[in-house]
Amino acid sequence: MLSLLAFIPAFPLLGFAILFVTAGLLPKRWITTIGVGSVGISAFLALIVMFAFLGAPQPYTKVVWTWIAVSSFTPHIGFYLDALSGLMMLVITFVSFLIHLYSAEFMSTDEGYNRYFAYMNLFVASMLVLVLADNLLFLYLGWEGVGLCSYLLIGFWYRDPANGLAARKAFIVTRVGDTAMAIGLFVLLTNLGTLDIQPLMQQAVVHWPVGSALPIAAAALLLGGALGKSAQLPLQTWLPDAMAGPTPVSALIHAATMVTAGVYLIARTHVLYDLAPPVQTAVAVIGALTLLLAGFSALNQTDLKRILAYSTISQIGYMFLALGVGAWSAAIFHFMTHAFFKALLFLSAGVVVQHLGEEHDIFRMGGLRQRLPLAFWSFLIGSISLAALPLIDAGFYSKDLILWEAWSDGALGPWLWAAGLFGALLTAIYIFRAVFVVFFGPVRLEPTGLTGWRIAIPLVVLSILALTGGFVEIPSYLGNVPAFSGLMRSALPGPRVAAAGSSLEIMLSVIAAVVAILGVCIAYIAFRRRPAFLEALVRSPSSLALQHFWETDWGFDWLYDRTLVRPFLWIARIDQGDVIDRFYSGLASLSRATYRQLSETETGRVRRYAAGITAGSIVLIAILVFA
Amino acid sequence: MTIAFYIAAAVAVVATALVIINLNVVHALLCLVISFLAVAIVFYVLGAPFAAALEVIVYAGAIMVLFVFVLIMLNTGGAAIQQERHWLTPWIWVGPVGLAAILLGEFVYLLWRNPVAAASGALGEPRQVGALLFGPYLLAVELASMLLLAGLVGAYHLGRTDRQAADERGRM
Amino acid sequence: MSVVLMQHALFLAMVLFALGTIGVLMRRNLIVMLMSVEIMLNAAGLAFIAAGSRWGQADGQVMFILILALAAAEVAVGLALILRLYQRLGTLDADAADKMRG
Repeated sequence: MLSLLAFIPAFPLLGFAILFVTAGLLPKRWITTIGVGSVGISAFLALIVMFAFLGAPQPYTKVVWTWIAVSSFTPHIGFYLDALSGLMMLVITFVSFLIHLYSAEFMSTDEGYNRYFAYMNLFVASMLVLVLADNLLFLYLGWEGVGLCSYLLIGFWYRDPANGLAARKAFIVTRVGDTAMAIGLFVLLTNLGTLDIQPLMQQAVVHWPVGSALPIAAAALLLGGALGKSAQLPLQTWLPDAMAGPTPVSALIHAATMVTAGVYLIARTHVLYDLAPPVQTAVAVIGALTLLLAGFSALNQTDLKRILAYSTISQIGYMFLALGVGAWSAAIFHFMTHAFFKALLFLSAGVVVQHLGEEHDIFRMGGLRQRLPLAFWSFLIGSISLAALPLIDAGFYSKDLILWEAWSDGALGPWLWAAGLFGALLTAIYIFRAVFVVFFGPVRLEPTGLTGWRIAIPLVVLSILALTGGFVEIPSYLGNVPAFSGLMRSALPGPRVAAAGSSLEIMLSVIAAVVAILGVCIAYIAFRRRPAFLEALVRSPSSLALQHFWETDWGFDWLYDRTLVRPFLWIARIDQGDVIDRFYSGLASLSRATYRQLSETETGRVRRYAAGITAGSIVLIAILVFA
Repeated sequence: MTIAFYIAAAVAVVATALVIINLNVVHALLCLVISFLAVAIVFYVLGAPFAAALEVIVYAGAIMVLFVFVLIMLNTGGAAIQQERHWLTPWIWVGPVGLAAILLGEFVYLLWRNPVAAASGALGEPRQVGALLFGPYLLAVELASMLLLAGLVGAYHLGRTDRQAADERGRM
Repeated sequence: MSVVLMQHALFLAMVLFALGTIGVLMRRNLIVMLMSVEIMLNAAGLAFIAAGSRWGQADGQVMFILILALAAAEVAVGLALILRLYQRLGTLDADAADKMRG
């Protein structure tokens, strides 16, 4: 049973190959069957494999063939299954399947239908390769593959140049991270001799003392790659622009799966981070800063999808915070619940946007509660889970675990906890701002169209998961179900301070719950009741300036444009006629001149040619006679 | 007989020189005929009477007559002589003479390097030639006949005017 | 038959060949160019005859016959071509047929 592992990425890859080769030839029904079916088969196989794994939870490696064989460096095409990669695989295939099903109806009128499913299948295959790879080089292959598919899918509607620019921006910014990661791989390879992950971790522990330069360098470089892919500070500028792609793409790639690749990488190589405490602290600090920064930005957006994009950046900040304080399984738990509720939010936002004729501005929407009930309830459930309202939703359990672990992390702990708490407040405010503005109040734009079963089923399933998905890990004072962390214990070390149910823990949990509800109330007052004093405060000039600053992502785009993009373009412009260029253009003009000279000899006159023959024969005879 | 060789050689060279210099094409043609006759005498002196006969009959007799016919059809007159004068500018011969002189110089060098050999002067009888043609050189004869056939067909096809061709197509 | 030095016969052939070359390169009239080519062919035949005479074999004459056949075929086709060219160009100028220029 476990040997079916290698087929799980193979089916989406096969789907991609078929759709790519038969571009435009197949009827739409076949495209749907192949595109959705391949991921469905993968999800089914993942379920079977995980059942077999849970029966005997031993790490399982399946090597398919040897990729490169150069003296002692032999990375394989191999798949490694343990609790971590198994869980990621399960979540990825399942959520992908639901989103593919949704896309079958959402994208049904699009002319690039075939292209869409081809790219999506390739993406799922690459992501599965990424999480199942047994060596870092194969992981990097999947890493690059998801980056490529992200580029292709962001710029899916390529006829609008703005989409192409957004895709390019995403690719270039993540490239910066990818380069850091590649250098990190070089450091690891040259110092430890292998890139197979499990032997690598063992070698690192043996050869590298804690806190020495090499693990810090390797961990920091891999962190660079993770920052790029997961859109954290300072490489977070690409994700809001990536909303130019179709909504299911945003749901799958930029919410549930690709952006969590960085989290997976750090969790996978956690041994390195244990050996480099400064870098781990940096991870936590970056996570905390990012979640605050993105929270403020989300509060000031008017585009529905951009709110959700900044929300994603913020929530991944939570995951990084958890990784930074050593709560590995808490980060993965939050990844799982986030995949559910963020995909749900994006899919229901997609329904709203599509039914309003591609209108994205939330202040032009209103009162859709009765008009689009399915979208309303889905969005509401997703919002509840995102804001981590107490007890009834999955987000509460995961976020609570992270906050407790953050508090317990030594001297920096309380600061990180405070940041996380304030972030939770902001989260509740901005997401319920969206809920109240879009779904309550007077109807400004009438929705058109119907919702079919292929959209309804994924929304319903994800709603159920967003509510109940957290019940696999209930803390001891509420019911004590440590199923998740128990599963993860076989792959990741436990947290530094276990959640033991002390009174401090319960108090912190209550504070977090109160803060979340407080956020909902603030949003209600500000955006439903709209009292006058608040309106005046919001409209004042300094407030408007601050809002604009937060809306443009704290000026990061402006900063990067001034310090990096413009100097680079300037250098490229003045370097256009440099020496190397002259050499090559000189070669070209030399060949052109020679051509002109040679074409002068073609006069078309017979006597001239006869003279040439005579001269040639003279030379030949001379050679024969004199040599 | 050696004297005959040198006299005939001189006549051939002078006649050939006149051919290439002459402004009137018909005069040039006649000088060429004289050159061929002189070369025929040289053949006879060298002991190849059959070749001499063939030279007179085929080369001077058939090929040159063909040239004459073509010249008649082309109907060139006084205007052609003017044109030739116009074309033969004073300096036009420098390049060709230079090239030919170098070529000649190479050949002379070759001749000079090798020891002098005497020609045997034995008579190459037509009987011997016939025996060779039907013996070792049979294949060459067949190939030559094919060449002549090709020349025949080519000349016929190229020589038709367009009206003739249209008539024949209509008749078919 | 008295003896004729092969050297001298070959020298005659070479001179005739050189004169033919000059004629091809110098003259612009197509007919004269063709005649010069005939001169060159004749000179080659003379060289063969001289060689055959030196060795006392009739093979030289055989080669000369073959050259003769070649020259005949060539003249036939060449003159036909010249006629067509004259029809097309209206002149016997070799330099007028330079459409292959460039």
